[in-house]
Amino acid sequence: MSRDTARNDAAARVSRRALVLGAGQVGVAGLLGWRMRQMQVEQAEEFRLLAEENRVNMRLIAPGRGLIFDRNGIPVAENAQNYRIVIVREDAGDVEEAFARLRRLIYVDEAEIARARREIARRSPFVPVTITDQRSWEDIATVAVNAPALPGITPDVGLSRAYPLGPDYAHVTGYVGPVSDYDLTRMEDDDPLLQIPKFQIGKTGVEQKYEHALRGEAGSRRIEVNAAGRVMRELGRDEGVPGTDLQLTVESRLQNFVEARLALGLSASAVVMDVTTGDLVAVGNAPTFDPNKFVRGISVADYADLTGNKYRPLANKAVQGAYPPGSTFKMMVTLAALEAGLLSSTETIYCGGYQRLGNRRFHCWKRGGHGHVNLEKSLQQSCDVFYYELAQRVGIDRIAAMARRFGHGQRFDVPMSAVTAGVMPDKAWIRDTYNQSWRVGDSLNASIGQGYVLSSPLQLAVMTARIATGRAVVPRLVRARGGIELPPEGGEELGVDPGHLDLVRQGMDAVSNSPRGTAYRSRIESEPLRMAGKTGTSQVRSAIVDNAEVPWEERDHALFVGYAPFEAPRYAVSVVVEHGGGGSSAAAPVARDIMLFALRGELPPLDDYPAAARPGIEEMFAGLDLRHDFRPTRIGRSRA
Amino acid sequence: MSLLEADTRRVPSGPAKALYLNWPLVVLIVAVAGAGFVMLTSVAGGSVDRWAEPQMERFALGLAVMFVVAMVPVGLWRAVSPAAYLVSMALLVAVEVAGTTGMGAQRWIDLGVVRLQPSELAKVTLVMMLAAYYAWLAPERVSRPQWILPPLVLIALPTALVLKQPDLGTAILLVAGGAVVMFAAGVSWWYFGAVAAAGAGLVSAVFTSRGTPWQLLKDYQFRRIDTFLDPASDPLGAGYHITQSKIALGSGGWTGRGFMQGTQSRLNFLPEKHTDFIFTTLAEEFGFVGAASLLALYMGIVGFCLVSAMQNRDRFGALLTLGVATTFFLFFAVNMAMVMGLAPVVGVPLPLVSYGGSAMLVLMAAFGLVQSAHVHKPRPR
Repeated sequence: MSRDTARNDAAARVSRRALVLGAGQVGVAGLLGWRMRQMQVEQAEEFRLLAEENRVNMRLIAPGRGLIFDRNGIPVAENAQNYRIVIVREDAGDVEEAFARLRRLIYVDEAEIARARREIARRSPFVPVTITDQRSWEDIATVAVNAPALPGITPDVGLSRAYPLGPDYAHVTGYVGPVSDYDLTRMEDDDPLLQIPKFQIGKTGVEQKYEHALRGEAGSRRIEVNAAGRVMRELGRDEGVPGTDLQLTVESRLQNFVEARLALGLSASAVVMDVTTGDLVAVGNAPTFDPNKFVRGISVADYADLTGNKYRPLANKAVQGAYPPGSTFKMMVTLAALEAGLLSSTETIYCGGYQRLGNRRFHCWKRGGHGHVNLEKSLQQSCDVFYYELAQRVGIDRIAAMARRFGHGQRFDVPMSAVTAGVMPDKAWIRDTYNQSWRVGDSLNASIGQGYVLSSPLQLAVMTARIATGRAVVPRLVRARGGIELPPEGGEELGVDPGHLDLVRQGMDAVSNSPRGTAYRSRIESEPLRMAGKTGTSQVRSAIVDNAEVPWEERDHALFVGYAPFEAPRYAVSVVVEHGGGGSSAAAPVARDIMLFALRGELPPLDDYPAAARPGIEEMFAGLDLRHDFRPTRIGRSRA
Repeated sequence: MSLLEADTRRVPSGPAKALYLNWPLVVLIVAVAGAGFVMLTSVAGGSVDRWAEPQMERFALGLAVMFVVAMVPVGLWRAVSPAAYLVSMALLVAVEVAGTTGMGAQRWIDLGVVRLQPSELAKVTLVMMLAAYYAWLAPERVSRPQWILPPLVLIALPTALVLKQPDLGTAILLVAGGAVVMFAAGVSWWYFGAVAAAGAGLVSAVFTSRGTPWQLLKDYQFRRIDTFLDPASDPLGAGYHITQSKIALGSGGWTGRGFMQGTQSRLNFLPEKHTDFIFTTLAEEFGFVGAASLLALYMGIVGFCLVSAMQNRDRFGALLTLGVATTFFLFFAVNMAMVMGLAPVVGVPLPLVSYGGSAMLVLMAAFGLVQSAHVHKPRPR
């Protein structure tokens, strides 16, 4: 019983103390309430005066967006002045009256007014809303002179992105556009700059991938304004941090040539890469588009034209496109076989035009067969049966492992949009993806770069550079950031036997430079610039038909990879002409022209071409629409 | 007949438990959170999906957590209190080791789904642990020195770890929350008097340590105190927030400027407008009426908790309820005092209103404990 009493006492004591606590809390709450009343009721007028009459206002200063230069300092993305007219609802009073007065002075589109009206309704009364932009200096002067009659409306100058080289860099730099509500929710970015109406942010390409560095940090002005909203004095100013400048690895003249050369076809892409540093000196796509159209918001009609085009101008096929690599993949199979010790340089395999597997026949592209074929001849004439045999010896897993070392099936971290990893299938992959087991026939298809294998032009260029150097070259697009050179990544030895690499290189040399090679007609004539390469023709449909007789969408893809000069490699090139037909007729000539321009740094002399090709080349050069107005500027302006 | 025997028989069981929840408390919590959604929409410039929507999702999750916690018998919570305390201490140590740095201070552990802030958790587990301790300790022993020592250690441990992060606001709340449970358990007034005297000594020590090699607070903490004592001394620097906050709050007047009509554009540039300074926007847009109403709602929540505690003859339940209620009280009181210039800026959010995930979830779980104590309290015939 006494224990219960003790418990009762204890409970009673808790209650007493709870009362004390409660009383204390009520006291504190009373204090808080009293303070609220004091501030909001008694001193409200005072604070309201502080807020209204002599208030400290803060205006954001948008930093200049970082500029983008090519490897020689030619600007490819810069900031142009943009004159605009803004309205602050709070200061304007009657917004409709203000609009009417403005339209009596200068022409403003009804659609712009409607958009500004919507914007005003959504934003706080003190946020400046752009009524119209990209105005002439005369319009701005007119508004400025009539300022007393236009309360709340002010002319303003801002910066807007411009791409002086237009379509050439559309897929590389990408473009900026006004920030959208979708961007705001997606980015989870608290930067106050994004709250500025129509603030421009990177939407694709380098502009998007380097958004953070290019944007810089908001500056601010703390200003004192009086009741009329006039700025009385500036209390403090923080200039913010301008965006970081970027220098790309791309060379504008070459880029321009590549775009122009590819544009002679329907839909194609090409990558040119420095074999030692991995610098992407050109990334071309055809067709292309003008990124300047996106900066201010593209019209619906223009956008529909771009998205409705079956040659997909918006796609950066050079890095997004995943194509069956066709015969350009044969170097990988060769190396896998050599490294596995299952092939020697002298061994021959008989090609009778097809290989039998079970009750299926796998055909060589040459119906009559190539006869006895050794390694060099297999590349030179692109014999398929030779590779069907190797595939069965080596197996897909070893082929895939070798191909991955050369960059297939791997997503390279270059700052362009939607860079693809392609597909490098093996037994584990088909189990995980299709829940099937790998069949020998799949290996045969893969050995000639068909079936499940998919590679991008970027990956093909990387493969070629790695074959040329024997090193794990990694592609890169940005050479310097804020004036500071970035060291190239990768470049360590691949660990493939140099003798084996030499055999493959000799095979590629034979493709281009021996009279029976598949790319002999597209060789480089001048000996110091000699190119080694490999053609590829990859089927889009399974039946073998004459390309001329089927619609564009069903024709074969034409591919070519190569590097030059043969003795001292500088550049690797890959070209994919979508549905272009044969690799030797559609892709190799393009690759050769691009390679020569890259090596020469200008339109190459005709002497570089085989005599028979010269008249055609001369005519082709004359028809190219090349740009000559490149503006070199100072670069290396160091910005943190 | 013993009260203890009566205890167990009348405790509700099964789905019927839901009827015994402290429903007025639930309604008040939902009302406060609702005010929060409105304010988050306002500070996001009218955008619901920026802050309000994620907050609503978390609140929904929080409500679910509260109901689940409430359904578990309070005796079980008492039994797991020491383990919960140990786990939260281990997490506090873990942030020291592996935490990701956010806002200049190591406070989070990234669990993938949520970012767990162990200091939030510690506030609740400390109260649980102390309540369990005093429920176990015979009431006549509470004021004996040897029995005072363990709770002091229990409080000092998380406080030291939190201070090291460094998070002064949470450290203060931990000490205050722990002290309240000790006070409610009946520890003699003398101890509190002595601590108050010692505290005064410590404060003077902290100030004399300034500028010396053994400085007890970080520089930014000293600056915040300076700013608090005299905001006008640096109106464009560190005092800027307080000055702007007071102007905005004061200019709200009786009824405020209306939803999304706050003209103090600079509020848009307060870095913590959607977290620690959200009360400023509320007071500006809804005036004294709005601000006082929110205060009344908060006091309602505290009041229902106090009444529930006073009616609860289970010592653990009563102490737990008091501890949670007082911690909650300290949260909003410190936050409101801060934005009104009555307390230094220590970085305490406005509970249930400020944007933030882990604070909200932990708070709702704590209310779940209060509900559990309420549902399962002994009901004498």
